[in-house]
Amino acid sequence: MKAWQPPTGWRYWSEVNNSVVGLWYTGLVFFFLVFGGLLALLMRIQLAVPGNTFLSANLYSQVFTLHGSVMMFLFAIPIFEAVSILFLPQMMGARELPFPRLSAFGFWAFLIGGIFLCGSIFFNAAPTGGWFMYPPLTSRYEPGIGADMWLLGFSFIEVSAIAAAVELIVGILKCRPPGMRIHLIPLYAWYVLVAAAMILFAFPPLITGSMLLELERAFNWPFFDAARGGDPLLWQHLFWLFGHPEVYIAFLPSVALVAMIVPTFARTPIVGYKWIVLSAIGTAFLSFGLWVHHMFTTGLPGVTLALFSAASQAVAIPTGVQIFCFIATVYVGRLRPSVPMLYVAGGLATFVIGGLTGVMVAVASFNFQAHDTHFVVAHLHSVLIGGTIFPVIAATYYFFPLINGKLLSERLGRTAFWLLFCGFNITFLPMHFTGLRGMARRVYTYPAGIGLEGLNLTSSIGALILAAGFGVLLWDILRPKGKDPDAPRNPWQAGSLEWLQEMPGKPWGVRCIPEIDSRYPLWDQPNFVRDVDEGRFFMPDAEEEKREMLVTSIIDAKPEQCLRIPGPSFITLLSAIFLGGVFIFPTFKMYWSMAVSGVVALGCILYWLWHGSGLIPEKEEKAIGHGVTVPLYISGSSSVGWWAMMITMLADITAFVSILFGYFFYWTLHNDFPPASIAGPGLIWPIAGLLASLAAWALTMLARAWNRQEKPGSFYAGIGMAVLSAVFGIYALLAGPKQAAMNPEEHVYPAMVWLLVIWTALHIAVGIIMQLYCAARRYAGRMTARYDIDISNVTLYWHFVAITVGATVAVIAGFPLLR
Amino acid sequence: MWLLVLSPSIWAAHFLASYVGAAMWCGTMEDRAKSVDAMRLWIVLFGLVALLLIGIIGRIGRRKYQMEGGEPPFDKDTAEDRHRFLGAATVLLSGLSAMATIYVCLSQLFIRNCL
Repeated sequence: MKAWQPPTGWRYWSEVNNSVVGLWYTGLVFFFLVFGGLLALLMRIQLAVPGNTFLSANLYSQVFTLHGSVMMFLFAIPIFEAVSILFLPQMMGARELPFPRLSAFGFWAFLIGGIFLCGSIFFNAAPTGGWFMYPPLTSRYEPGIGADMWLLGFSFIEVSAIAAAVELIVGILKCRPPGMRIHLIPLYAWYVLVAAAMILFAFPPLITGSMLLELERAFNWPFFDAARGGDPLLWQHLFWLFGHPEVYIAFLPSVALVAMIVPTFARTPIVGYKWIVLSAIGTAFLSFGLWVHHMFTTGLPGVTLALFSAASQAVAIPTGVQIFCFIATVYVGRLRPSVPMLYVAGGLATFVIGGLTGVMVAVASFNFQAHDTHFVVAHLHSVLIGGTIFPVIAATYYFFPLINGKLLSERLGRTAFWLLFCGFNITFLPMHFTGLRGMARRVYTYPAGIGLEGLNLTSSIGALILAAGFGVLLWDILRPKGKDPDAPRNPWQAGSLEWLQEMPGKPWGVRCIPEIDSRYPLWDQPNFVRDVDEGRFFMPDAEEEKREMLVTSIIDAKPEQCLRIPGPSFITLLSAIFLGGVFIFPTFKMYWSMAVSGVVALGCILYWLWHGSGLIPEKEEKAIGHGVTVPLYISGSSSVGWWAMMITMLADITAFVSILFGYFFYWTLHNDFPPASIAGPGLIWPIAGLLASLAAWALTMLARAWNRQEKPGSFYAGIGMAVLSAVFGIYALLAGPKQAAMNPEEHVYPAMVWLLVIWTALHIAVGIIMQLYCAARRYAGRMTARYDIDISNVTLYWHFVAITVGATVAVIAGFPLLR
Repeated sequence: MWLLVLSPSIWAAHFLASYVGAAMWCGTMEDRAKSVDAMRLWIVLFGLVALLLIGIIGRIGRRKYQMEGGEPPFDKDTAEDRHRFLGAATVLLSGLSAMATIYVCLSQLFIRNCL
């Protein structure tokens, strides 16, 4: 208990425990939901009557841009990460997630980035280009810092989203209780695993797109300027490669909450567990084949539209499957009516309406008519409010006792539901008709006499009812509950592990790590709660008073390691502040401040790693109960650190592939790419850079082997030569375009070449820092032949660097030869 | 476990190849109204290959799923039930991937040019 006690006083803010950070995170996400909702109200007031002057055109543009951006980036995605950080460990009978400081870092980054973006509107400086920021509007016709804030601020927030995704994936794969094989994990974990994996492949294209657009805005590199070989459509591809999967990243974890709630109130296991797994994985794949349906009116070839239209229709199948599973579960079980189920039913009904209009807009010919009208506004809000907000509110009522041991009011819950449900339909149903009558989105007003007045006024009245519903909900959450009795333990008689929690809960997550042999242990395993309470399973105590958790194998959840996780620290906050500076200072063109902030951020991160990771334990093994002994330290592909590096680098390589996609995009569609008048980087320097970088990679692998063989001299020599090779690699790669005098402002071709070599050089530079870090660790006695996780993970990083260098050189040196 | 994602990956590969092929084919055409029958044929032919591969993976899944001694819903805490579950999910995902591949091929039967 002492090990998990949160710090008190001002040090409370240094806590990293998931139950505390998850609560901060969830609270902040709800704050942004309210902020985004208030912006929506402003829009509805403006549109209540024709020719209204409540908001100016510019302010209206700021409001709708910020509303969409806040709801998507600061609510829809982070709510699932926040809820997962808060509850996922308990759902899996775990004490924590494997990288608590990473969760805390993600939260602080989210807070800094979110406040930075939302604050902009109070200075009349918010972006105005819509939440999808299409160039050339945002590259040439949007002066001021609004677009820069969007591009850099959201890139920073996306970093925090990817950090959370890494945490959640490793948590689900490696931190399940013994016996919880892959076919027994809670459906919530399946969905979160799928959604977090989608983040790894969906967010990097947007980060790449934002980088290109900011390079154009700040340094005049013409990625989207048609006059210099660029193409604005590339932005749309990159944005929607993120944007469409993003909808499912928001939807799947919300429907996961439904998958936890429905069996409880139907009092029966979910019907069609494997069908739901099918639908989660199937939806994830298909959702990456839909992005062009947002671009049907851009003049793409008919055959291309047909491909994406077909995929857009196909995704309705897995989406529908899971809804049928929920209906079947209710049908098979004995339904107990409740507030959470009311929200579930209302949400699914609303979502189905949005899904059906989705099938309509997936048909290209209908889409041509409905594009950019309020019909699409009605469609997307039905999907997102029905598919995300209603399930989240259902989960709020359902899980609230796990937060502070109290139940929310059933009376207020029902009142809020009917206000929200009626308010939603009164607001958005008329928008289908205003849209079909031709009312355009993102226009601050409309003329009288064209049949839009009554419908718009109805929508605005509905919005006020919707807001009243949120008001009741917020009051129910925030009202003082000191006099309310504590909720009984497991108040809903659920079967899943999170309901093991005593009321009110303890900071350790779970009293001891249970052995699992059912999908619903509280229903199926006899004397389960008693055995957990009496500490009869694994790790009932932490005699060294360190925070410890159990790491298990991916498929069959066999115990592999007792993982010591770091406790409270302000280093996460400091790292987030200074890394935030790297993204915030360039908004104001303060590049020196950015550089200083970057160096300090690097120092913070190195300090964090030095003192908080790869620590050598005082003994080899630890007995965890039931005669099982596990090591305290492992490296290689069984360790959580190796998996975190692997997953992070998958996201990184996806961002790199997005840059390559840009190169191929220009090469495929533009006959003047590469232009005959501009010389490329040639062959000699790129190949020299490749060979030197590959040498650095090979030497890193050798250094790992020499370290394991206890040959310190060879190890240091290997690292030294690897660093020298890598430095030369950077020089040679940059020398190619430099010697050819390629000017990135002249044409998109030199800009692409420079971008590829700079991206690669930065990765090699980070690799050099890692190599030197390993040498320092060995020198300080923090890394040995046996305890070698640092060099093991750095080698993995270098595998990806080798791929990056190889692809960069093949493209910049090889492709000009093909023309 | 990798078996689970193989069939959707084949759908994705066919889809991506169709998209890139169509973009390059149409991108180099002077007259977009001209027929692109050859390209459409390639998409359908590759679609058939994809369907064959998906069928093979579905069959492997079915063999695991029908391993003797187990009854749905395959929720026992045994390695055999885990095999059956992953096999059954593979079969289902293969079915979905096959359907999505057929959708993609069907679209090429109706759209005849790059307009």
